[in-house]
Amino acid sequence: MEQKRTKEEYKKWSQQQAPRTPKARNLIMAFFVGGIICTIGQLILRALLNTGMPKDDASSLTTLFMIFIGAFLTGLNVYDDIGRVGGAGAAIPVTGFANSIVSPAMEYKKEGYVMGVGARMFLIAGPVLVYGIISSIVVGIIYYLVTR
Amino acid sequence: MEFVRAFIVGGLICVVGQLLIDLTKLTPARIMVIFVVAGVILGALGIYPLLVEWGGAGASIPIIGFGNVLAKGVIEDVDKKGLLGAFSGGVRSGAVGIAAAVFFGYIMAVVSKPKTKNKT
Repeated sequence: MEQKRTKEEYKKWSQQQAPRTPKARNLIMAFFVGGIICTIGQLILRALLNTGMPKDDASSLTTLFMIFIGAFLTGLNVYDDIGRVGGAGAAIPVTGFANSIVSPAMEYKKEGYVMGVGARMFLIAGPVLVYGIISSIVVGIIYYLVTR
Repeated sequence: MEFVRAFIVGGLICVVGQLLIDLTKLTPARIMVIFVVAGVILGALGIYPLLVEWGGAGASIPIIGFGNVLAKGVIEDVDKKGLLGAFSGGVRSGAVGIAAAVFFGYIMAVVSKPKTKNKT
């Protein structure tokens, strides 16, 4: 009984002592880092649209460039620093998606090029694709049934 | 002005992600999955395309925009080919993103070295 009480007391005490995550600061940094990444995307998009490229192609190519930038900066070990500062601001843009592919693939390269690089690339990108594609198929089936 | 709009929309979407990280115990991986699925649903409902119209890359660069692209492709293909389109549309319209991620991701992973300190 006494043991339990002290445990509860400790829990309460440790909660009080635990460093509060600076939430406001996290949010502001996420806003700025995410905003800057998207502004870079908009610069690329505008440059492509100005060449007279169709809107859909320009948008796809912008995504391609952003993925390249994300992968490149991860390869240089720079993107992890951006992630440390920006949190979700670095993870949510498609550059963060690229980072989630390169980072584990790099880490597990020693396990070989098939089960190391090839498999670990999809540690996070895999679930994203699985749930993205499944939900898109479900949406397609519903849309088909509704419009028939 | 389109750059300011992209900054605001992109920034706010990331703030939503950060709120989810801070307020819930969700890992970034789960949040990315939630965002993609949310993008598919909001895209199918025709809400997200409006945000892309206004925010440009600010709406299309976050991973939620990838979900929107999947939904857009599926709806286009169902209109063209019927039920088969439900299976062809998503991957077709997301093809550039998926292929670029695999291609550049692989090359960068093979070429570069992780920063881990070698304690030898």
